Amino acid sequence: MTPLELFGEQFMQRALIAALLTGLAAPAIGTFLVQRRLALMGDGIGHVAVTGVALGLATGASPLWTAVLVAALGAVLIEVIRERGQTNGDVALALLFYGGLAGGLFISGLAGQSAAALNRYLFGSLTTLSRSDIVVTTVLAVAVVGLCVGLAPQLFAVAQDQEFARVAGLRVRAYNLLVAVLAAVSVTVAMRTVGLLLVSALMVVPVATAQQLTRSFRTTIVAAMALGALASVGGLVTATFASYEVTVAPGPTIVLLALACYAVAWPIGIWSRHRARLREPFPSGQAAPQHGACDEHPHAHGPGCGHLAVPHDDHVDYVHDGHRHAVHGGHYDEH
Amino acid sequence: MTESAAVEVRNASVALGGRPVLRGIDLTVAPGDFVALMGANGSGKSTLVRAMVGLRPVIGGEVRLFGTPLDEYDAWSRIGYVPQRATAGSGVPASVWEVVAAGRLTRRRLLRPLSRADRAAIEDALEVVGLVDRRRDAVTNLSGGQQQRVLIARALAGEPELFFLDEPTAGVDLPNQQVLADTLARLKERGATIVLVAHELGPLAPLVDRAVVLRDGRVAYDGSALQDHEVHQPWFAEPHTHHHHHERPPSVSAPVGRDDQLPGGRR
Repeated sequence: MTPLELFGEQFMQRALIAALLTGLAAPAIGTFLVQRRLALMGDGIGHVAVTGVALGLATGASPLWTAVLVAALGAVLIEVIRERGQTNGDVALALLFYGGLAGGLFISGLAGQSAAALNRYLFGSLTTLSRSDIVVTTVLAVAVVGLCVGLAPQLFAVAQDQEFARVAGLRVRAYNLLVAVLAAVSVTVAMRTVGLLLVSALMVVPVATAQQLTRSFRTTIVAAMALGALASVGGLVTATFASYEVTVAPGPTIVLLALACYAVAWPIGIWSRHRARLREPFPSGQAAPQHGACDEHPHAHGPGCGHLAVPHDDHVDYVHDGHRHAVHGGHYDEH
Repeated sequence: MTESAAVEVRNASVALGGRPVLRGIDLTVAPGDFVALMGANGSGKSTLVRAMVGLRPVIGGEVRLFGTPLDEYDAWSRIGYVPQRATAGSGVPASVWEVVAAGRLTRRRLLRPLSRADRAAIEDALEVVGLVDRRRDAVTNLSGGQQQRVLIARALAGEPELFFLDEPTAGVDLPNQQVLADTLARLKERGATIVLVAHELGPLAPLVDRAVVLRDGRVAYDGSALQDHEVHQPWFAEPHTHHHHHERPPSVSAPVGRDDQLPGGRR
C-alpha cells in the first residue's frame, strides 16, 4: 500500500482528525494548568480515568463516556482537596492517582477483559477509532477549545491572582472547577491519541516549549496550541511512514516529537533571556559620583564596535572586560 | 438616599485559624477620604483591609461597602483592590498589558470582546503609572517597584471609586515610591476614596488625611495625620525626628512589638 492510498483510507483520516483536535485541545487547557503550577494534574486525572475506562469496558457502556464521567469526578475531587488543605494536599492527590490506576486494573481483571482492550486506552490507538468515536472527540475537543479561548480573560485572571479575581467579583470557585472539568475532558479526548499514561505530556510539553520564547499569555497559549497540533499530526505521519520498516506506535512518537521541539526551544530561550538581561538599561542617576576618566583607551567605541551597548540615562555605556565605558568629550568615563 | 459611607466597619472581629486577630474594630471611611492604616507587623492592618473586601470573613460585627452589607454587595466595579505583591510569579509569562487588562473584568460581560471604552481605560491606567512603554514586557522582567505599579494599574483599569491598597510601598525603592505617591495624588484629585495599609509612608505622607493605628488587633489611634504636620514631622516619620521621647525612641524599623509605645494615644 502506498502512502497516498494509506492516507486515503478512512481510518487514517479519522486518526488525523483526532490527532489534530487533541493537539489543539490539550495544550489549550494545559496552559491554564501550567499557569497555576498544576502541571501534573493532567497526570493525576489520567490515572483516575483508567478506572473510568475499565468500568466502561466491564459494563459494556462506552468507555469514552465513563472515562469522561469518572475523570471529571476525580478532577473535581482533586480541586476540592487542593482548595481545602495545603498540608497534606499532595499526599491526598497521590492516593487518588494510585487508587485510580489500581482500581482500573482491578476492575478490568474482575471483568475478565483482555489486557489488549485496556492497553488501547493506556497507550493510545489512533488507528482503531470508530466513526462515533470521532464525532464525540470532535464535540468534546471543540467544547474545550471554545471555552478555553472564550473565557480566557476570566480564567487568566483567576489563575493569575485568585484574591484579586475574588474582589473583582469573579466566581473563583466555579472557574476553578471549570478548569478541572475541562482538564478531565481533554484527558479523555487525548487518551486515544497518546494514551492515558502520556496524556499529561501533550498538555504540558507544548506549553513549556512555547514559554521559552514568549512574553505574554496570549502568545503562549496560541503557540502552545500550534505546537501541540504540529506534534500530534507530525507524530502520526512520522509513525505511519516509519511503520513501513518497523513497528512504531503513534502515541510515543507524538510525545517524543513534542519533547524534541522543547529540546530545540530550550537553548534558544536561555540565550534570549540572557541577552535580554544583558541589554537591560542601567538604573538611571546612579553613576558613581567618583567616576572618572579611564586610562588610555586604544579602541574607539561606537555602534557596531562589537562591545555590548547598554542604554544608561541619556547615553550608552559600552561594556567589556568588567568596564562600563561612556563617551565623554574626547575620552571615556568609567561608569 | 443620603450619601452613605464608603466603608463602614462596626464592631468587627476576625479570627485566623481560631485565634482572634481583630477585635471590636469600628471604622468609617467617608467618600473622598485618604486613610492610612498603620501599625506594627502583626497588628492586623492587612487583615483589616482583607476583611473590608471580603477575603476574610468577620466572625462578629459587620462590614458595609457603600451602605450595603458585604454579604449582599455586588457592585465590585466600584472597588479597586491592590493586594500585596506576590513574590512567586505564575507558571506562564504574562505581559504588563494583560495583567492590567484583567482589572477591567469588573466591567466586562462574559464572552464579549474588549470595547473601545475598555481599551481606553486600560491605556489610561498604564499611562497613570507610567508604564505605557513596558506594556509588552513580561511582568516578571520588571523590578519590584514596577510590578507594584502594574498591580495599581490593574485596579485603576476598572475605574473604581474606592481603592484598597495593601502595603504598596513594601520593598519598593524610593524613586518608585515617588511615582506611586504621584499616582495616588492623581487618584485623590479625581475624588477617589483610598484606604491604604502601610508600615511606613515615606513620600505618601503628605497625601494622608487621616491615620488609623492598629495595635494588637484593636484601633489604638484614629485621627488627623496632618494635625501635627505643620509643627514638625508627623509621628510616623523617620525615627531621627522623634528624639523628644524618653528611654526607647520608637522606630518605624523597630522589630515587632517595639513600636507600640504610643504615649497618650499617639506615638
